[in-house]
Amino acid sequence: MKILIIEDEPELLENIKNSLEKEQFLVETASDYNTAIDKVFVYNYDCILLDIMLPNGSGLDILSQLKKAGKGKHVIIISAKDSLEDKLTGLELGADDYLTKPFHLAELNARIKVVLRRNNLDGKNILQFCNTQLDLDERLLTVDDKNIPLNRKEFDILTYFYLNKNRLITKTALAEHVWGDHIDQADNFDFIYYQIKNIRKKLQESNAQIKFEAVYGVGYKIVENEAS
Amino acid sequence: MKLLNQSLKYLSGSILIIITLWAVVFYLNMLQEIKKSIDEGLENYKRIIIQNAKKDPTILTKTYFDESFFTIHKINKKEAFTIKDQYKDTLLYMQDFDDEVPESEPVRMLTTAFKIDHNYYLLNVANSMVEEDDLIKELLYDIVVLYLFLVLSIILINNIMLKKLWHPFYSFLNQLKIYKLGNTQKLPKITTETKEFMDLQKAVNTLLEQNLAVFEQQKQFIGNASHELQTPLAITTNKLELLLEDEQLNKEQANTVSDVFKTIQKLVQLNKSLLLLSKIDNKHFFNNKVVNINKTTHDILEHLQDFSSYKNISISCKETAQLSIEIDIALANIVVSNLIKNAIIHNTNNGSIEIFIDTNSFTIKNTGINKSLDANQIFNRFHKSTNKTDGSGLGLAIVKAISDLYGFSIVYSFKKNSHCFNINFTIR
Repeated sequence: MKILIIEDEPELLENIKNSLEKEQFLVETASDYNTAIDKVFVYNYDCILLDIMLPNGSGLDILSQLKKAGKGKHVIIISAKDSLEDKLTGLELGADDYLTKPFHLAELNARIKVVLRRNNLDGKNILQFCNTQLDLDERLLTVDDKNIPLNRKEFDILTYFYLNKNRLITKTALAEHVWGDHIDQADNFDFIYYQIKNIRKKLQESNAQIKFEAVYGVGYKIVENEAS
Repeated sequence: MKLLNQSLKYLSGSILIIITLWAVVFYLNMLQEIKKSIDEGLENYKRIIIQNAKKDPTILTKTYFDESFFTIHKINKKEAFTIKDQYKDTLLYMQDFDDEVPESEPVRMLTTAFKIDHNYYLLNVANSMVEEDDLIKELLYDIVVLYLFLVLSIILINNIMLKKLWHPFYSFLNQLKIYKLGNTQKLPKITTETKEFMDLQKAVNTLLEQNLAVFEQQKQFIGNASHELQTPLAITTNKLELLLEDEQLNKEQANTVSDVFKTIQKLVQLNKSLLLLSKIDNKHFFNNKVVNINKTTHDILEHLQDFSSYKNISISCKETAQLSIEIDIALANIVVSNLIKNAIIHNTNNGSIEIFIDTNSFTIKNTGINKSLDANQIFNRFHKSTNKTDGSGLGLAIVKAISDLYGFSIVYSFKKNSHCFNINFTIR
């Protein structure tokens, strides 16, 4: 999978690149308008991350040119501007998603994977991890083909972790992803622990070969359960 | 006290003093004039009597006052030479038309001496005078009437004139009263020829313009600052996220990084809130649609359920009507969710929340600390009622900013050990 990051802020570019490389993606970068234009029309990418404010031009211009050329697929806009107008223009021009800075790397991962899956549909929308399967269409978790009942929130949490296998998801990122903007009090994430505890119990009882690992009290990651 | 009444107060007071002084002077002058005039009459009378006496000596024997109001006594030469013409006020028994019995009335009397055929005579000529007490009474009566008349005229003139003169001022004042910095487009205007009022308008408008400039600058600064902070915050957040995934960190280091991460997340949250406030202040939202508050409330309650049930808070929602208002849907969500979140965060474990929705208002009551909060401070930016550091201190400020934007009123009260927020959507 090849991903192009168009972003003018070098530090941010570096962060995203590091994170995506951990996911085994092939990452290329462009940090100004001209380089970006050159790259998008010469190579094919599975996904393009596009910043709107660029030196020498606007990301939206790149997007409209891509659309004209019939290549405006798999684009995720990443912008510091949380403007509804930009969002609508971007989506109208064919962008798949719009992510406002600052974002969590886990969130970016999840969005990229969703976009990639959406565009490479092989009929089934299933996430596999060891002996577990998450059916995103039916919203079902199966362990060794056995259905494990989950409530809505639990399913959302698990999906997010499946899209970020072996990666840290901070409590903040998880709260923002699952509970949306409604939860934003940095200190009140204790309730997340109970949600995780419930899912953990269900995974253990069903002999799933995956487990949640707490990461320094700041978050969790889902990993293969080596003990089983 | 209104300006009209103020001026009336001073005018009526000073007129009272002026009229009183004037009345005294007038009375004294008039009295003097009357006496002078009577004295001239007496002089004339004296000459006629002397002339008549020369022709008709019987007159010289008239020693009592009767109808002709004079007496003549014979005196010796020596006495005669000591007498000079003398006018004096004295009293005589008389009966006026308004007297039932004769009584002493004030008269003016001329005492003089004359000589006919080597005989000397003393002549007393009298003439009735005005009665001073009558005069004073009359004068006082007139003055009271004059005074009342003047005061009435002043009231009338004042009313017409001041109202007319001050009309531009009052209209200017009313414009100022409803003027809201950053909300009112036009500066207050005064239509007048009066120099003072034009100066006032100039001074006020200069002041307003300066304030407006500062206000705009401040808004821009908050907006720009929080906007500029986003990228560094994004970089820091992501760097820390990557660092936390580093297997080579030892536990201590990891814990430090985790603490820094948590702090940065608070900063991110604070910055988001500031950006939102700045957007509200700059009216970046106005995608108004009819929003059903009942539905919004249920959606948010469901979203926050994990949050509230963690603290074992019981939530009840009583709806007597469907409440629909025209508002930006994102802002409606923020208002309702901030109020509910606030009620959850500041609640005690096992506490309760009651929500009431009727035709035009949304009320939320929650248990919490058993003490009223400072209603004047509670909606201020960065006001925190407790030392707990979790909230940003902006949640209620945002609710207030949105309410102000749309003209809703929001009130805090503390009754029966519960904190109550009522937001009335009737636009003021």
